Amino acid sequence: MKDKRFKIAHREALIGVVLVVINFVWWYGFAYGLGSKKVEDYSYIFGLPAWFFYSCIAGFVVMIILVSITVKFVFKDVPFEEKERNTE
Amino acid sequence: MNWAVITPLIIFLFIIFAVGFWSNKFVLKSNSFLEEYFLGERQMGGFILAMTMVATYGSASSFIGGPGVAYTQGLGWVLLAMAQLATGYFTLMVLGKKFAIISRQYKAITLIDFLKNRYHSKTVVLLSAASIIIFLFSSMTAQWIGGARLVESLTGLPYTVALLIFAFSVLVFVIVGGFRAVALTDTIQGVVMFMGTLILLIATIKAGGGIPRIIADLAAENPNLISPFGAERTLTPAYVSSFWILVGIGVVGLPQIAVRAMSYKNSKAMHNAIIIGTVVVGFIMLGMHLIGVFARPVLPGVKIGDTVMPLLSMKVLPPFVAGIVLAAPMAAIMSTVDALLILVSSALVKDVYLNYIKPTASDQQIKKVSFSVTAIIGVLVILLALSPPDLIIWLNLFSFGGLESVFIWPVILGLYWSKGNKYGAITSMILGMSSYIIFDRFYPNPLGVHTVVLPILISLAGFVVASMFTDSKASSLGLEK
Repeated sequence: MKDKRFKIAHREALIGVVLVVINFVWWYGFAYGLGSKKVEDYSYIFGLPAWFFYSCIAGFVVMIILVSITVKFVFKDVPFEEKERNTE
Repeated sequence: MNWAVITPLIIFLFIIFAVGFWSNKFVLKSNSFLEEYFLGERQMGGFILAMTMVATYGSASSFIGGPGVAYTQGLGWVLLAMAQLATGYFTLMVLGKKFAIISRQYKAITLIDFLKNRYHSKTVVLLSAASIIIFLFSSMTAQWIGGARLVESLTGLPYTVALLIFAFSVLVFVIVGGFRAVALTDTIQGVVMFMGTLILLIATIKAGGGIPRIIADLAAENPNLISPFGAERTLTPAYVSSFWILVGIGVVGLPQIAVRAMSYKNSKAMHNAIIIGTVVVGFIMLGMHLIGVFARPVLPGVKIGDTVMPLLSMKVLPPFVAGIVLAAPMAAIMSTVDALLILVSSALVKDVYLNYIKPTASDQQIKKVSFSVTAIIGVLVILLALSPPDLIIWLNLFSFGGLESVFIWPVILGLYWSKGNKYGAITSMILGMSSYIIFDRFYPNPLGVHTVVLPILISLAGFVVASMFTDSKASSLGLEK
């Protein structure tokens, strides 16, 4: 028998994968996009090289925001305990 | 001895003891000893769940080894360390609700319980128990040695005494308090780790004359230190990215982390833990590794990377505060060791003893066996750590990536792919482990990526091919569809 809770669980697991892909692309894109220049040509934000600021600091903040939004608005509360048997 | 530094450490130990004995009350009065002792009766709230995951994951390498490498490599190593941000949300999201629901249906208390019920195979159980016992035993010994060295360097006590103090403190609270004590002390340790990182980061930036000044000093010494490529330009994008597998998403396959994903109370706890965990793990990894890089102009010429963090704390902080900050790596090591100890003990008691040696054991017997097995493992580890055999050091090198290669697919595909069966699981476990060891010995970092990547792909292929090829009787469990 199909358990409705699993549909939610599957969707949320997939969201986890999507988030990690976004996280990776952001991290990689800024680090090597901006960081591959010659060091003399770097620009700086708050004293840190721009590649580092965007990739690691801003990336961290962006992920916290994305994760919080997803969890608060997309993730659903489901009961874990069995009320009735769901499997054979 | 420097009492101003040591006093906070002693206070910290006493708090940890108190929590252990307080948890023992739950162990004694619980109706279901096994579930309480090895899983804290699935009562973890969000904050505790987040902290115990972060603290178990953050080990000696996050506080001692990692900053040491960052000191030599520069910002490129901080970039690499940030791959660990994913562990904060990915593990709980992916194992997520499905794992929580199914492990309750199976009444699973350990990761192996889950695998046993999913695959119905004695081979899977024994292979898992063997990998957990062998690899976590060795990594426990290695962490224990790290802890003793830290106590040794902070107090000036001889190594043996330092080891006994460290080991005794961990053993007492784990043996009497079980998983609940481990999770609660992890929470305190997680807070200590977080605060320690924050204090040391601020003090280091101040000592270096502000961030722009530190970065300018670094660039003047060697411009590569502020590039993403490492001091000698050896950190290639492919290599750095492959750490997303080793220390990011692969962490799902670590039994000590996975077991925590069945310990929480309800989905609200899980939701909160995801947010808190992401913030805390990201902050600690970013902060500690940045500290390592920033330490370079403040404290030039350190030869041994592992000493950067203790030396820096002593230099930039007043002694009493340095003591508080240095409780952080101690906390990191303790919280890793305690998780491993309770896990190895559960593998022996629950998965081997109760499954195959004495399934009819009474509650009283189980209690006795659990306490004594935990104690015996602890004592064995102490003996090994006194004069570590080469084999242990060697096995420890594999424990992280090796366990990931063994467990990741049987767990993930066991949850989400109904066609996966025991033949797939067995193939994937054996292939994962053996290919990891072979690559590591004969062809490390193939194609410029970390050794762990290919074995994980090979074990995935093994799982899928073997499951498709064999009759899929074992899959009709109603897990999906």
